[in-house]
Amino acid sequence: MLRLELTGIRKEYPGVCANDDVSLAVAPGEIHAVLGENGAGKSTLMRIIYGAARPDAGSICWNGNPVTIATPEVARSLGIAMVFQHFSLFETLSVAENIWLGQRGSERLTDLTARIQTASKTYGLELDPERPVHTLSVGERQRVEIVRALLTQPQLLILDEPTSVLTPQAVQKLFATLRDLAKTGCSILYISHKLDEIRQLCTRCTVLRGGRVTGVLDPRGETERTLSRLMIGSEPPAIERATAALGEAALVVARLGVKPNAPFGTELTNLSFTLRAGEILGVAGVSGNGQKELLEALSGENPATHTGAIELLGREVTRCLPAARRQLGLHYVPEERLGRAAAPSLSLAQNTLLTRREPVGRAGWIDRTRLSRLAERVVARFQVKAPSVDAPATSLSGGNLQKFIVGREIDAKPKVLIVAQPTWGVDVGAAAQIRAHLLELKRNGSAVLLVSEDLDELLQVCDSLVVMARGRLSPRVSVGAITLEQIGEWMSGLWPAEAVEAQVA
Amino acid sequence: MDAVFLLLGASIDAGTALALASLGLLLNERAGVLNLGAEGIMLVAAIAGFATAFHTGSDVVAFFAGALAGAALAAAFGVLVIWLHTNQYATGLALSLFGAGFSAFVGIDYTQVKLSERTPFTLPGLQDIPALGPALFRHHYLVYLAVALAAAVSWFLFRTRAGLVLRAIGESPESAHALGYPVRRIRLAAVATGGALSGLAGAFISVVYTPLWVEGMIAGKGWIALALTTFATWRPWRVLLGAYLFGGVTMLQLHLQGEGVALPIQLLTLLPYLATIVVLVLISRDQKWIVVNMPASLGKPFSPRT
Amino acid sequence: MLDLEPRAEPSRAMTLLSPVFALIFTLLVCVSMFLWLGKDPWQGLELFFVEPLSSPRALAELSLKVVPLLLIGLGLALSFRTNVWNIGAEGQFILGAIGAGGVALLASERTSAWVVLALLLAGTAAGMLWGGLVAWCRDRFNANEILVSLMLVYIAEQLLSYLVHGPWKDPQGFNFPQTITFATPTEIPRLFTGSRANAGMLVAALAVPLVWLYLFRTHGGFRLQLSGLAPHAARYAGFSARRSLWTACLISGGLAGLAGALEVSGPLGQLTTHVPVGYGFAAIIVAFVGRLHPAGVVAASVLMSLLTIGGELCQSRMGLPKSLTAVFQGLLLIALLACDTLIHNRLKLVRTARAPAR
Repeated sequence: MLRLELTGIRKEYPGVCANDDVSLAVAPGEIHAVLGENGAGKSTLMRIIYGAARPDAGSICWNGNPVTIATPEVARSLGIAMVFQHFSLFETLSVAENIWLGQRGSERLTDLTARIQTASKTYGLELDPERPVHTLSVGERQRVEIVRALLTQPQLLILDEPTSVLTPQAVQKLFATLRDLAKTGCSILYISHKLDEIRQLCTRCTVLRGGRVTGVLDPRGETERTLSRLMIGSEPPAIERATAALGEAALVVARLGVKPNAPFGTELTNLSFTLRAGEILGVAGVSGNGQKELLEALSGENPATHTGAIELLGREVTRCLPAARRQLGLHYVPEERLGRAAAPSLSLAQNTLLTRREPVGRAGWIDRTRLSRLAERVVARFQVKAPSVDAPATSLSGGNLQKFIVGREIDAKPKVLIVAQPTWGVDVGAAAQIRAHLLELKRNGSAVLLVSEDLDELLQVCDSLVVMARGRLSPRVSVGAITLEQIGEWMSGLWPAEAVEAQVA
Repeated sequence: MDAVFLLLGASIDAGTALALASLGLLLNERAGVLNLGAEGIMLVAAIAGFATAFHTGSDVVAFFAGALAGAALAAAFGVLVIWLHTNQYATGLALSLFGAGFSAFVGIDYTQVKLSERTPFTLPGLQDIPALGPALFRHHYLVYLAVALAAAVSWFLFRTRAGLVLRAIGESPESAHALGYPVRRIRLAAVATGGALSGLAGAFISVVYTPLWVEGMIAGKGWIALALTTFATWRPWRVLLGAYLFGGVTMLQLHLQGEGVALPIQLLTLLPYLATIVVLVLISRDQKWIVVNMPASLGKPFSPRT
Repeated sequence: MLDLEPRAEPSRAMTLLSPVFALIFTLLVCVSMFLWLGKDPWQGLELFFVEPLSSPRALAELSLKVVPLLLIGLGLALSFRTNVWNIGAEGQFILGAIGAGGVALLASERTSAWVVLALLLAGTAAGMLWGGLVAWCRDRFNANEILVSLMLVYIAEQLLSYLVHGPWKDPQGFNFPQTITFATPTEIPRLFTGSRANAGMLVAALAVPLVWLYLFRTHGGFRLQLSGLAPHAARYAGFSARRSLWTACLISGGLAGLAGALEVSGPLGQLTTHVPVGYGFAAIIVAFVGRLHPAGVVAASVLMSLLTIGGELCQSRMGLPKSLTAVFQGLLLIALLACDTLIHNRLKLVRTARAPAR
């Protein structure tokens, strides 16, 4: 008897069919992967299972009985628990209070605290119930989410991209926990797009592409190439990486120290690196280790409370505002797109004005023809699929909007380009185009700083790497000279301190 | 010295309406909803309470009427803001403007009317303590109710699970929704309850404090109550204290006049409003402190569809 | 059961229709109230919408109400677009009147006619000062501008009261709290002889295209709007939030002050405690009903003036309380906000019972 069986599930949203005749079968005690790219329909399917959305057609069977999962409440009462990719935690409350909120029934907080400590030991997920959540690291927060789900004694645990925030070592620990859990009879649905992890952990895999199921198989018997083909329909496009001659120092950061602005921010200590023209330097690391503060310091959005210096093309810019830095040739593509890199309700043409001053004349008069032409040029050159430059930014798909944003900055012919998470959540085709543009920019002599959580992307595109952990930078290494395990260790901050000193000196 | 105790007693009286309204707003804001309609709610509740007291002769019924009027208006506000996603600021303002006009309209027939003098509620024995006795223990029962309410709200927020849920919703409605809580319904409940308390405050002013009806008689106390919740960093006991302090400032002007201090009456009248600005400035200065204490979702719209 | 479903793109049609729906709803309530109060609704509607437009004299009276609402409404539309919630325009209006009054007190019958310009400039400056206080409190101390600007209204009222009861009181005024009637040169020129309509209309008419051009054709206006629409994007772009704040407060304060000065130089002719009549608050409704757009603000200020004058007529002719107008105006705004939901959402019929999917 199957634990969960979905048959013929269909779900449509305005303009797109997220799930088209999708079927899924999960046995008790099975670790079942759902593999697919961003936009393949995984999240929608999970929302349906979890009760946050209702299918337009199709049926769901639980332990052999047909059910309608109308709300998350119903899902929980059936025994389905979900650990989301984006945590539902309350920062100012303690671990125990957070978990308490996730439970039903009238259990007392003191009793629950005892249960947390027991579960913590049983599953090897160390947690201090009294600590407020805002003091926890990202990995620890995920543990809270997992324990919260486990304490409901689920029969089916769904994990949505759980390893995107973990170091390689933490990933292994998680896998051990999951294997123990599966042995007790709990089924696990593991959502991911990471082929190697799925092959390591899961015994069965359903592959989604464009809302449809393209294959159901045992991932252990497949290669990454076959899985990839099912996932994206073809071989991943190969990126040719040419090395250009290194030029002058374009961006020099010397002993930068930043005190955090936000109450739960990270302090930066003694950061130093030199970025030369014609190279791409990657900054690896899990979000929350100071990347945000570094980017704010480099872009000029937070010019206060710095020690140390930032030099751009030979000029000291430590206290300069973004506009001044842009004038000198520094452009920046932030991680957040709608709402930050682009204003949602404004048109593409108007969004061009965010970082480009060319169409603005004397006394601030906006030349609208020039503005349209500029936007049209960006759209054409970067193959942005948009009805017109007057269409609002929200009408573009994620990948196209990102192409526009990246294009807007590259079109400005920057001497230094800083990009953060450029292809996160972007479809494969657009991601490849964006990476190709970054490489072309490098070939033309610009310097690029690429901050990304995606190690594959960094290894593909960058010439050299540094790792950011707890507000500090590791020594710099060229991409060919480091292994994944080593990067993993460095992401926990475990690099040789003398090596950093030697490089900085 | 007598004057000080008199002032103390008067401050408690004057601060009670502020405290009640502010406690109601505190519940709103802890759930993440900013209700700028407090002034309008208090005005409508004031006339509702006054008219009810006049026609029924019963204070209790009048207070009920005021609370009900407040809850109803607040609930309408809640539906607009929580379900229809109207702009919280604009809707609250609209409510205040509407409330001002509506209360004036309904109150037309009551402007010349007076209610009988209210006898103060006294705690036997305690009120005979020299000096402090009359100051602290010779008040209308709503004054003591306000203190009890501060205790009740504090207990609710920090010692019960329901209060924890409310605070969680105020911090992150998205997370609460993901956990399966009916965020919108809970917010509406908080808004309606807050409205009831504000309504009670309005009725208290028109029925007990100055037992008559004058158009616009709330004179900005609703706005001051809003400032008060920020001033008290959303903690009930601090709200109470702050309310009495503000009451004191209001009373100070009458006191100074009584003492024959030669300041223009307008300067004394504007003291509470000036004090509000000063308080806001002092409190808001430290951005970090505010961010840590403020319910993180305050004023931001929430939609269950992610 | 009806449910709301978000639209992919905001509906253009609804943006224009929403105020119309809101007005229709308000009128329905209006008619109902008339019937309930035992009055003739048709007469009421006629007093609201026909009579104020029926003669040159009526139009002149209308213009006297439209001008301040329009000017303040323009300023507030700009301010709200910037997400600066200047609710204290009433206070800035009062300060404008005080500033203009102060200059007017210095004039005599022999003063040049250019004193009118001085009056207007003084009023605008005073309004900017009062608006600047709001900006300062938020800029320097992060104090919420809604509460600060509101408190300043009460303080402005007391300031006015003090002046007309004290230092500026007319010694020949039988101890009434009022200033002298200002000298003739301080009066703003009338547009037509025998009509009360004055050159303030020209000022307002000029302000409309100026504000429009600034908001929609200059980089400065773009920066302001971006601050309101997407503050994080504005930060990313490097646009100074502080500059936007000050610009919004100074412009809206200045326009409100200008309106106050025009009142003093126009219909009022002196300062009394009755200077504040709620234009600052009514203008909030004007700004919203006008969709925060200069053209809409023009239409909305005419509508609101009709409601105000109609209310006065209803009072004198039908014995209805004047506060009825305030009720309708408040209701109009609430109805508008509710109808605005339809811009971003669509009404949908949802079947409540869902048969278990088979």
